[in-house]
Amino acid sequence: MQKILKLSELEMFKSGKILNINCKGEIKRRLLDIGLIKDTKIIPVLKSPSGDPRAFSIRGSLIAIRKEDARNIEIEEVKEIKEIRE
Amino acid sequence: MKEHKIALAGNPNVGKSTIFNSLTGMHQHTGNWPGKTVENTEGEYIFNNKKYTLIDIPGTYSLMSHSEEEEIARNYICFGNPDVTVVVLDGTCLERNFNLLFQIMEITEKVIICVNLLDEAKKKEIYIDLKKLEKILGMPVIGTIAQKKKTLEELKKAIEKMCQNSKKENNKKIEKTNFKIEYDEIIENGITKIEKIIRKRYKLPEKLYRWISLKFIDGNKEICDSIEKYLKISINDEEIKSKIQEILEDLEKENIKRENIKEKVISEIVKKSERVNKEVTKYKKEDYSQKDRKIDKILTSKKWGIPIMILFLGVIFWITIVGANYPSQLLFTGFSWIQEKILNFLQFINCPEWIINPLIFGIYQTLTWVISVMLPPMAIFFPLFTILEDLGYLPRIAFNLDGFFKKVCCNGKQAITMCMGFGCNSCGVTGCRIIDSPRERLIAILTNNFIPCNGRFPFLITIASIFIAGSFSGIGASIISTISVIGIIILGIILSFFISKILSKTLLKGKPSSFVLELPPYRKPQFIRIIIRSIFDRTLFVLGRAISVAIPAGLVIWIFANIGAGGESILTIVANFLDPFAKLMGLDGYILTAFILGIPANEIVLPIILMSYLAGNTLVDIEDTQTIAKILMDNGWNILTALNVMIFTILHFPCATTLLTIKKETGSIKWTLISFLLPTLCGVVICMVTTAIYNIFV
Repeated sequence: MQKILKLSELEMFKSGKILNINCKGEIKRRLLDIGLIKDTKIIPVLKSPSGDPRAFSIRGSLIAIRKEDARNIEIEEVKEIKEIRE
Repeated sequence: MKEHKIALAGNPNVGKSTIFNSLTGMHQHTGNWPGKTVENTEGEYIFNNKKYTLIDIPGTYSLMSHSEEEEIARNYICFGNPDVTVVVLDGTCLERNFNLLFQIMEITEKVIICVNLLDEAKKKEIYIDLKKLEKILGMPVIGTIAQKKKTLEELKKAIEKMCQNSKKENNKKIEKTNFKIEYDEIIENGITKIEKIIRKRYKLPEKLYRWISLKFIDGNKEICDSIEKYLKISINDEEIKSKIQEILEDLEKENIKRENIKEKVISEIVKKSERVNKEVTKYKKEDYSQKDRKIDKILTSKKWGIPIMILFLGVIFWITIVGANYPSQLLFTGFSWIQEKILNFLQFINCPEWIINPLIFGIYQTLTWVISVMLPPMAIFFPLFTILEDLGYLPRIAFNLDGFFKKVCCNGKQAITMCMGFGCNSCGVTGCRIIDSPRERLIAILTNNFIPCNGRFPFLITIASIFIAGSFSGIGASIISTISVIGIIILGIILSFFISKILSKTLLKGKPSSFVLELPPYRKPQFIRIIIRSIFDRTLFVLGRAISVAIPAGLVIWIFANIGAGGESILTIVANFLDPFAKLMGLDGYILTAFILGIPANEIVLPIILMSYLAGNTLVDIEDTQTIAKILMDNGWNILTALNVMIFTILHFPCATTLLTIKKETGSIKWTLISFLLPTLCGVVICMVTTAIYNIFV
């Protein structure tokens, strides 16, 4: 029932689950370091004034990621009953 | 007295430096900014008659990669042989912090876990079962609030105990557990095979056997090189090499490629972190960071994000400029009172004139001038700026502006270094350390000088209020002069973008690096600490460098103004020589000479110009704008001169302090030279263009 998206396509305050990180070397390493692995829950919670980058809630911390990088991260949307309000 | 080495490790921004400072009393700057410590910093403390050397290693999220900080951190923990490694964790996000802890626990057993920021955690209603954590990990766990020195006593005791235990080998209280990260069976088998070989041939601390084996299978070049360098165990050793080949073939059969091993390893660690965190942490509120999000919502909003940022900075500059006047004047008065006394004394002991004059009217006067005009603005600006830093606002600036910097192939963090540049370019250049990619860091360093520092502000304001607002009166005049100053600053900012872009396309080619930036939780600033730190670490540091340049420069200025040939001072001779070129730029020879002599500090450019015009032999301090206006106009200044002086103030070589800092940060004369030429060329070209246009139309 769940659809596969790119992280860049995930709407604000919708919850996603990481499937695959296709970023290259350095960026992938940084993402792994902050705990972004398969099955990690990720929610976009902030948008910068120009719309990019966005900041995501990941394992209790807030991490800014650019669109170019988010495009290379595959996720599936998670339907949650309780969504984080604005 | 026995001495023990204690390593202090942790993620960026977990209060590690605060703990370090509290324990050692050493001055080291702490900011609510990820990644402050770039080199190991050492400090000492004494506890129960024993001396402990504390080594503050760079804050990192992990130890598995090849960034400079991680390599320094990893090498120290692995090969620096500390008696104890204290790992500082952020109580408000333990889970992510476990990642580094577990990696360190794979390297050494002599670990003390320090769960810091318990007060912040409590505020967010996060409860951590420290006892349980201790039981699971089999390592001592201490809860601390770094600002409260009392809580650090427990930490000191735990360190003492572990240092003694490691000598006597009797672990009394905490039961050892066989806590370890387990990997896929096939990787585990590989580890066992290599471990056997290393164990047979080398004597190492227990944990390293397994760790080295894993790293050899993973094959990261930097790590393997370090292992060879420090432990003399080579991955290219015949026996080890053939075994690794065998293991890799086994992995290949299971469809596991070598480049995927790291991901597998990290995944296991992260999963373990998740599990342990679930057992020891209780969140009362599901959404414990909601307050922060609400603030963020405003501070990064499309409508208000950037205006609020400009407002914050504007208020800081305004307070700085207005507030600095009075103490500056006080210092001037004080120094000239002292000057009188010294002069009287020197004359009393019959000191010859040829010593008194250059000493007092050259060196002393320039030196005290630089201190009087530089110290107050910096002592006001930096504490204010540090409040923003401590609050955690600076990463939000980077977040807000990253979109613009990405367009010129740079990074949002450059915005922060530019903001610091408004205070002092030298500090801005040092601040570029927060930019990870060497290419982007260099661009930020080279373009920082396009941002006018405190020292250039008052000059800009004076010129603008004389020439640009001259024909207006009252409130209108101050508005016009403000607008023109802002206009010039915007020109500087636009040019710094433009030059960044050009550098990205030519000398420093490359794609923008990743921008994976943590926006840390907001924290209450610690005011007293801020004032002390920002004065000691930034203000006095810069002042020290400025003074070291002001002394010789003072002598040179005096010689220029007082010694000469054929009735003309060197100053006049040089000015006359430069005059034809300066005229092309719409300036005159004296102005250009003043900029050159003003290299120790931008603040003395105007005094030198006035000194030249009045044919005086010491720097001239005139408070009254009307008088200054008259002197300048009598010497042929018009609106074009004023405009070009303002442009050249923004666009000329960095001051000596900044140049010294650039040399230190880049370690290269070539880049220092480029940082000198880049803004100067821009200034010369733009001034020539405005002059040409002016001459056509007027």
